[in-house]
Amino acid sequence: MVMITRRKLMVSAGLVGGGVLLGYAMAPFSTIDRARKLAGGDDALLVTWVKITPDNRVTVIVPHSEMGQGVHTAMPMMLAEELDADWALVSMEQAPADMAFANGALAKGYLGAADPSVPKFLSGLTDFSSRKIAEFMNLQLTGGSTSVRFTGVVGMRHAGAAARWMLIQAAAKEWNVAADEITTKESKLFHLGNGHSASYGDMASKAVEFDPPANLPLKDPKLYTIVGAPIQRFDIPAKVNGSAIYGVDVRMPGMMFAAIKACPVFGGKLKSFDAKAVKNMRGIKSVHSVGENAVAVVADNTWRAHQAIAALPVTWDEGPNAAHSSASIFAGMQAALEKGEFESDYDFGDADAATKSAARVIEASYAVPYLAHATMEPMNCTAHFSGGRLEVWGGFQDGLGARVFAAKVAGLPVEDVTLNHAAMGGGFGRRGSTLNYLEQAVLLAKQVDHPVNLIWSREEDLTQDNYRNASVANMRAGLDEAGRPVSWQQDYTEKRDPEDATWIPYAISDRRVRVVSGTDPIPFGPWRSVAHSQHGFFIESFVDELAHAAGRDPFEFRRDLMAEAPEQKAVLEAAASMSGWGTPLPLGRARGIALRQSFGTIVAQVAEVSVSPEGQARVHKVWCAVDPGEVVNPDTFAAQMESGIIYGLTAALYGEISIAKGRVVEQNFPDYEMIRQADAPAIEVKLMPSGRPTGGAGEPGTPPIAAAVANAVFSLTKQRIRSLPLRKHDLRGGIEQAKAG
Amino acid sequence: MQLIINGQTRDVDVEAEMPLLWVLRDTLNLTGTKFGCGISACGACTVLVDGVATRSCSVPVSSVVGASITTIEAQTVPDTLQSKVQQAWIAHQVPQCGYCQSGQIMAAVALLTENQAPTDADIDAAMSNVCRCGTYGRIRAAIHSLATV
Repeated sequence: MVMITRRKLMVSAGLVGGGVLLGYAMAPFSTIDRARKLAGGDDALLVTWVKITPDNRVTVIVPHSEMGQGVHTAMPMMLAEELDADWALVSMEQAPADMAFANGALAKGYLGAADPSVPKFLSGLTDFSSRKIAEFMNLQLTGGSTSVRFTGVVGMRHAGAAARWMLIQAAAKEWNVAADEITTKESKLFHLGNGHSASYGDMASKAVEFDPPANLPLKDPKLYTIVGAPIQRFDIPAKVNGSAIYGVDVRMPGMMFAAIKACPVFGGKLKSFDAKAVKNMRGIKSVHSVGENAVAVVADNTWRAHQAIAALPVTWDEGPNAAHSSASIFAGMQAALEKGEFESDYDFGDADAATKSAARVIEASYAVPYLAHATMEPMNCTAHFSGGRLEVWGGFQDGLGARVFAAKVAGLPVEDVTLNHAAMGGGFGRRGSTLNYLEQAVLLAKQVDHPVNLIWSREEDLTQDNYRNASVANMRAGLDEAGRPVSWQQDYTEKRDPEDATWIPYAISDRRVRVVSGTDPIPFGPWRSVAHSQHGFFIESFVDELAHAAGRDPFEFRRDLMAEAPEQKAVLEAAASMSGWGTPLPLGRARGIALRQSFGTIVAQVAEVSVSPEGQARVHKVWCAVDPGEVVNPDTFAAQMESGIIYGLTAALYGEISIAKGRVVEQNFPDYEMIRQADAPAIEVKLMPSGRPTGGAGEPGTPPIAAAVANAVFSLTKQRIRSLPLRKHDLRGGIEQAKAG
Repeated sequence: MQLIINGQTRDVDVEAEMPLLWVLRDTLNLTGTKFGCGISACGACTVLVDGVATRSCSVPVSSVVGASITTIEAQTVPDTLQSKVQQAWIAHQVPQCGYCQSGQIMAAVALLTENQAPTDADIDAAMSNVCRCGTYGRIRAAIHSLATV
């Protein structure tokens, strides 16, 4: 079902501590060879997907990072299901950052190739070829909502089935019976005919001699007892008593703490600093330039380091970017769109001609601002050079990629770099491929002879991020006499992953979507749902405009365009139904609806809003219908929808990173406000897994929410929101107008 | 200076103006209390000072000498309120990344100490800490589950 090119190999690695060690790998032969070597020795964890030991315990090795999305529990669930394991005996370990656990081939799926419902021409082959394939070899990515979709579906299930098959063969030999007469249940093997039984642990060491075939049948989902159950996450108990160790909590003997200040203007450089001014402050050990653009203070505690960096006199060479402002950047985007050096996203029929001959033409220009990730745990990294080797500790979404990058920064072979995973206080894309904090920690550690934990201030975190890009989209569509759309045109700035982010599920025959590049001078980084975060707003707001222009109900207008998209239509209808769409609401309330498919998961949301006396949108409730194909852990999946909605709603209502004099204006949470308990809507999630190929969980909840809210605001106020955040729109006038009308 | 933390007396030799947060984390190695913003805006650093939810990043340590300070690490016996809140957090599978949850739990302990059956409005008013993972609905449900009428 997963449409990615791959090579499947079982790696049955033999005996470890009397148990069996089994891997299921998709990788080039060189990696498999390496894995075989590594798996035989003391480093037997490597390349293992599952380990079964004589005490009948099952340990699943997970090559992904936990950031609260539940992957450290979902992966073992998928393996344990096929293994027929007793869940009470299952635990997990995170795989080390090693090539043997690279999942670069899987990461291709992130670019859209593995979503069969997305047309082939959007699946990114052209763009993918322009990326360095080699880079993917070094990936151990947790991002793009890929873990369950690829590692889980392709790796964990088959490894579990293979381990079970091996145990059955061992029991058949031991008992001298036919393998197909043996049954398994809750980590035990049974032969009912002659009353034999054994635990998996008893049989594990004998199972290793059997080589599993490549294409073992998988369990009928109807027989699942673990997958589909709301199982409690492994990582939660340590997160309620303070014992979970995040990057900021790493402590080593002799370790010092560091604070850093990088040039606030992107691309600017450090000119000079006066270390004497802070050297006599209590606890200050040393002051260092770090790379070309930053200066750091090393101290015996975090606070002293942060006090000193704030007091340190620094001068910058701000460079040419100091002239940028939000206004100049947005003006540049509009100018680029007008100049029209477009590349085509996709082009069907003759959209221009269809628009020109349409009975009515609707046009609108949309814009979204830059956004920061603002993980609760500010960026940080601990590094230590010793004996020509580098060791790094921190929270990373791509441990192997981070390790390779650290080696490059340090000028060391990858083998001389060890990377240790700490818990992540939020990821959302920030702790994946954008690693300026890791680079700084390595460059700083190189200058001292002790471990150093570099911890950014919140101000540094907001102003030195890699940002969700600002973008402008000019939308245009034609309606026929009956109000049916006959053309769809979108011109926008800056194409970002995934490839299919501008796709619409609506049957409009003539469509043209084009993009201009080179308009964004601010460092870019993937932000939860990446390009879907802006296109969800552009597309689903503009579809709503067309519905209103046609005098149609926005839900019915969409539904009538979805005859050829029955799966998407079913989700849209479910969201409408659960929200009571069309039924009367109290005075001053209205609903809005939006639908997006992203990362293989279809999500429709209805938001119910009102407007405060101050003219601000308030969101009271969100209904979310979602078809992710299948659901591994329904409670975790629902939690990811809740989380994605709050994350997207925070951006829609409040989120804006603005640029003045080439630097970020917003410094801390009061300037970059978050949804809090009092503003958080009630959320109702309906899971409707249809058996489509498995979709993602972490990101798909985010894309529809901004449009659902903005569409509700229009319903209530007749004020069309074409730029975010909503807080910048005073909605009072619209309400009066709506009442008068 | 002498501090009373989780019932134990601890001697620390630090600047009077050093925030309690950093004394806990870096001097006493009680890292369960988290740094989020440094300006009392997010609540990740919330601890109890004489039972009151307090954002420790903005409290000079000298101002809490002699007060009873409770952190997420407090050794709790099963029937204490803090333990009950922690169990409710597990039962409702509240944490995602978990970074803000020490502060959320301490804020909930303070709320439930004062108000055994908080309404939604009480929860809105008392629970103002930021959670970037958006666990607010589960926090609300977990607190309601502990209400004793």
